[in-house]
Amino acid sequence: MLWAGFALSVLAFISYFSVFVQFPWTRDFPWANLLLFGLAAGLLVVGSRRAFRLPELYRGKIFGVLLAALSVVIFGLFAFSIFVGGRRMPASTDAPRVGAKAPDFTLIDSDNKAVSLTSLLTDPLHGAAPKGALLVFYRGYW
Amino acid sequence: MRGIQQHWSEFEAHGIRVAAISVDPAETTRNFTRKKGYIFTFLSDPNAEVIRRYDLLHPKAGPDEKDVARPAEFLLDPSGTVRWVNLTENYWVRATPEQMLQAANTVR
Repeated sequence: MLWAGFALSVLAFISYFSVFVQFPWTRDFPWANLLLFGLAAGLLVVGSRRAFRLPELYRGKIFGVLLAALSVVIFGLFAFSIFVGGRRMPASTDAPRVGAKAPDFTLIDSDNKAVSLTSLLTDPLHGAAPKGALLVFYRGYW
Repeated sequence: MRGIQQHWSEFEAHGIRVAAISVDPAETTRNFTRKKGYIFTFLSDPNAEVIRRYDLLHPKAGPDEKDVARPAEFLLDPSGTVRWVNLTENYWVRATPEQMLQAANTVR
């Protein structure tokens, strides 16, 4: 039970970055991961109590405490990177605001074809002039 | 990104062209989008020139202390004027496809 609890807290950490970050519903607030951490804590608490109350039946007085402490560290790292680390960004005070003109640019697309903002806004879309464009900036490093 | 792809045809139906921008080279992006099945436009800004022009540079935040863009979403009308913008406070939190579609509804 203690090892399961520890494994679950490792999973709770990793699964955010590998799985849950892909879905807005589980990304914007990591409730699925907090739930997993909660389950992990439950297993570790029950496992440790068992080891202390019935030491002749269950092992884990020492490694139970160690695994629980490690899990707390993992949880702390997770909470810090999501709730504090994610906020560490420049202020972007000069980013175009509502009503401002977006600076024009020309970049290459994934087929090495030059694409300008003007062409995004004027090239026909399904045979009609576009009503607008959605520019989405990503951190990248896919 | 998965959300945008899932709603891509709705953006297109609204007459909104979707374009993603990151510092990744075109080749990296090509492999990535093929693997994931993303078919909207992905633009490469390897020297972060446009990202700087939009004041979205997040210096040394990528692997090996490389510069990246902070996440941001802009909805522009055909004149290039910003009609809606989302500069998130926390890069784990992004605009949802629903919020972006709602913004798309405002340009007609």
